[in-house]
Amino acid sequence: MSSSVDFSKGLPSHPEKATLEGKNKFLGFWVFLGGETIMFATFFGTFLGLREGTAGGPTAEELFSLPLVFIMTMLLLTSSLTSVLAMFSMKKNNHKSMLVLMIVTVLLGAAFLGFEIYEFVEYVHHGLGYTTSAFASSFYTLVGLHGAHVLFGLCWITTLIIRYSRSGITLTNAPKFYVASLYWHFIDVIWVFIFTVVYLLGIGGA
Amino acid sequence: MADDLSKPFPKSSMSEEEIMKINKERRIQVTSFAFMIFLTILAFVAVATEMIEVGFAIPFILLLAVIQFFLQMYYFMHLKDKDHGWPNAFIISGVVLSTPALIALILLLGVTKY
Amino acid sequence: MSTAAATKDKSVLWDWLTTVDHKKLAILYLVAGGLFFIKAGLMAVFMRIQLMTAENDFLTGQTFNELITMHGTIMLFLAATPLIFAFMNFVIPLQIGARDVAFPFVNALGFWIFFFGGLLLSVSWFFGGGPDAGWTAYVPLSSGEYADLGLDFYVLGLQVSGIGTLVSGINFIVTIINMRAPGMTMMRMPLFCWTGLVISILIVFAFTPLAAGLALLMLDRLFGGQFFIPDMGGNAVLWQHIFWIFGHPEVYILVLPAFGIISEVVPAFSRKRLFGYTAMVFATLVIAFLGFMVWVHHMFTVGLGPITNSVFAIATMGIAVPTGIKIFNWLFTMWGGKITFNTAMLCASSFVPTFVLGGVTGVMLAMTPVDYLYHDTYFVVAHFHYIIIGGIVLGLLAGLYYWYPKMFGHKLNEKLGMLMFWLFYIGFHMTFFIQHILGLIGMPRRVYTYLEGQGMETMNLISSIGSFVMGAGILVLLINVVYSAFKAERITVNDPWDARTLEWATPTPIPEYNFAQTPQVRSLDPLFYEKMHGDGTIKPAEPMEDIHMPNGSILPFIIGLGLFTWGFGMVMINMENPIIPPAVVIGVGFVLTFGSMFIRSIKEDHGYHIPVEQVKKIEKEVS
Repeated sequence: MSSSVDFSKGLPSHPEKATLEGKNKFLGFWVFLGGETIMFATFFGTFLGLREGTAGGPTAEELFSLPLVFIMTMLLLTSSLTSVLAMFSMKKNNHKSMLVLMIVTVLLGAAFLGFEIYEFVEYVHHGLGYTTSAFASSFYTLVGLHGAHVLFGLCWITTLIIRYSRSGITLTNAPKFYVASLYWHFIDVIWVFIFTVVYLLGIGGA
Repeated sequence: MADDLSKPFPKSSMSEEEIMKINKERRIQVTSFAFMIFLTILAFVAVATEMIEVGFAIPFILLLAVIQFFLQMYYFMHLKDKDHGWPNAFIISGVVLSTPALIALILLLGVTKY
Repeated sequence: MSTAAATKDKSVLWDWLTTVDHKKLAILYLVAGGLFFIKAGLMAVFMRIQLMTAENDFLTGQTFNELITMHGTIMLFLAATPLIFAFMNFVIPLQIGARDVAFPFVNALGFWIFFFGGLLLSVSWFFGGGPDAGWTAYVPLSSGEYADLGLDFYVLGLQVSGIGTLVSGINFIVTIINMRAPGMTMMRMPLFCWTGLVISILIVFAFTPLAAGLALLMLDRLFGGQFFIPDMGGNAVLWQHIFWIFGHPEVYILVLPAFGIISEVVPAFSRKRLFGYTAMVFATLVIAFLGFMVWVHHMFTVGLGPITNSVFAIATMGIAVPTGIKIFNWLFTMWGGKITFNTAMLCASSFVPTFVLGGVTGVMLAMTPVDYLYHDTYFVVAHFHYIIIGGIVLGLLAGLYYWYPKMFGHKLNEKLGMLMFWLFYIGFHMTFFIQHILGLIGMPRRVYTYLEGQGMETMNLISSIGSFVMGAGILVLLINVVYSAFKAERITVNDPWDARTLEWATPTPIPEYNFAQTPQVRSLDPLFYEKMHGDGTIKPAEPMEDIHMPNGSILPFIIGLGLFTWGFGMVMINMENPIIPPAVVIGVGFVLTFGSMFIRSIKEDHGYHIPVEQVKKIEKEVS
């Protein structure tokens, strides 16, 4: 499908879409993200529909702490920036800088995940178990699903980094990195709505 | 042929002009990142300090979230670039079809009857 | 870098387990879907035997509930969907002039995940009985309080098979958008490709909410989530919303490809181009969009309020408009055509009036005030069987008879085909037409028996006899498949029907690379155009070259097996006496699934090339 590559010209300016396989991967992943949108919307709807249902258990206002959420938000937003910059390095055929930026992305993501686990443990100590109330179940499900996405993204990007640590940027791995970075941005987009709708609205008392 | 796909390139094919363009785009990305951080701080401040009335704060922070959504999608994820017609179609469809579902799950649970 | 095809020295079983060829996967889908179809059909026959007389005790109420649930679930998720996928897999790459789908590996993955999901649902019979809360699994009937282990199998089986359906959907979208041959613009695509694209989009947007809903129900049942329990702040209506946000588009996911098949078969046997092609495409898109905006009409009697009900009632009636456009276009296609009434065309043309009947009762049901009367009666059962059998099954039968020669190299016997059609068609109307009246006089659906002297005995008896006749029709079809496999004449020509679209330009049997040279498309109905304006063969768009092919892989099978193991482990959490700790089984499933994905990710597989000399040799053999 991909006819021979002209190496003398150098890496194409859009290496992720230089082959048909790359184009397919790119489009397929966008389609998947379209589906993820409505799946997360369902979980958001569930949470928003049930968030008053605390059944006498702890409420959002009693539990959430803004500074923690703020730090987590900053970590994830910054990781989004580093993965954007990594893609610029990739387009310039700068393999090393791409890897470094991707590693920073992973570290920031891991820190985010650490804070999230700490947060959940805290809440359980404050009496918000998974089965406490409909609010608790839907909160843990929504935020936990996002956390699971972060975890999957971390494993994925780490695999890519290790696998391609010495290979240079090729027409095979460029789409893989590109798609992983799209995934990472999408996780970030979801988090923007989580911190707004779950935490800020929860504390805002609305 | 297939081996070519796993070989690295000696250099980039980009011309000076293209590199200039890409550097400019990079600056735009960093600027939009700074703007997103600003929006986030604004949202947190709006809620934390309770300076703004609750009835106004909610639409305000929701609006900020929507702006961030567009920045992420159109700048960080390059939806504004060309050759993104189909991705745009799918994301827009996702958002459009999510809307009635969200409204139903929040409002139409039989608690208040509309 | 590989040399020539290494497929020759594989054993038959290994070849089928590892295949990524869209034509072989189509046959796998056809066989698996067909088996599930027969299984669920037998369940329906059992239920009709139970309802044949008043106060019958052929089945217990519990068994009846399990049969009713499994009949619906299997028919929709594990029979209709894969049968449609079988045709989409086989036909779409050929119709758009592609060598294969966009992601051959994902195509195989989709099949195996669907298959193992179906298997997980089906093994419920051996662990204390099937799910028994209806295919809609409304809470609280499906909650841990009332439903047994069968429902855990329902939740996890559908979750797994849904993943398979979802990845196949994504694959079809990318195939249709990116893999079209030169000249095959969007508005030159056959209508079956259009409906295939549209339902794939519907799958992406409908199966994801279903996955979310099933996850909620699973968390509720296995880990004590409180989503649906009012005392704990939950809400039971939530499930109904999520289910129908998926469930209504699902109806269109099934019926639109049937529309597509009809739009292929009717022009081919009327010797005319499809009337109003553009209008058909737009009608398809409008139906797809409206399909997402009407789900509340399944919930009119919940009591969501008058404005809500009115809005959704009007939207529902709106769907009748694009559907009407389609009906008229099929009629006008046949009008003045030179019609050949073979089995495929009989199924396709009789689809039209049957589907209209189902559509009319649909509009009746959309009227909220009277829906309070019809709700949960046999009227509804009659309505959706007119859509599903009169629409989808007749479409699938038409497609089967139409594409059978391309798929298997011989036609199905016409005499047996006619016999099948008339048995099936008469049996179908006998079974279901009378159920409208049964519903109107007040027979509720989902009951396992009824009392004497309420005026329901005769009509139920007629309905049951009808279902036996319909079953006999399917039996004749099976006999036909076996008989034709041995007795029918082999097809050697490309185009046995003198048809219009690109799939008939390939040699029979089709070489694994489909087109030796990618075709150049010059018009809608490209083959017909070349017959009229050219020499009857499609012009190539490229010189003869080495052909790139994907390698087969066992990983899709292992991922499917891994998800099955994972799902079974999850069900074991609710078992009273699991011999192995559930965590171990879940862990094994995880390792199998993610281990295979990991291997797939780190091992670069660029496929192999068929050298041009061999392509020339194969081309000489088949022509």
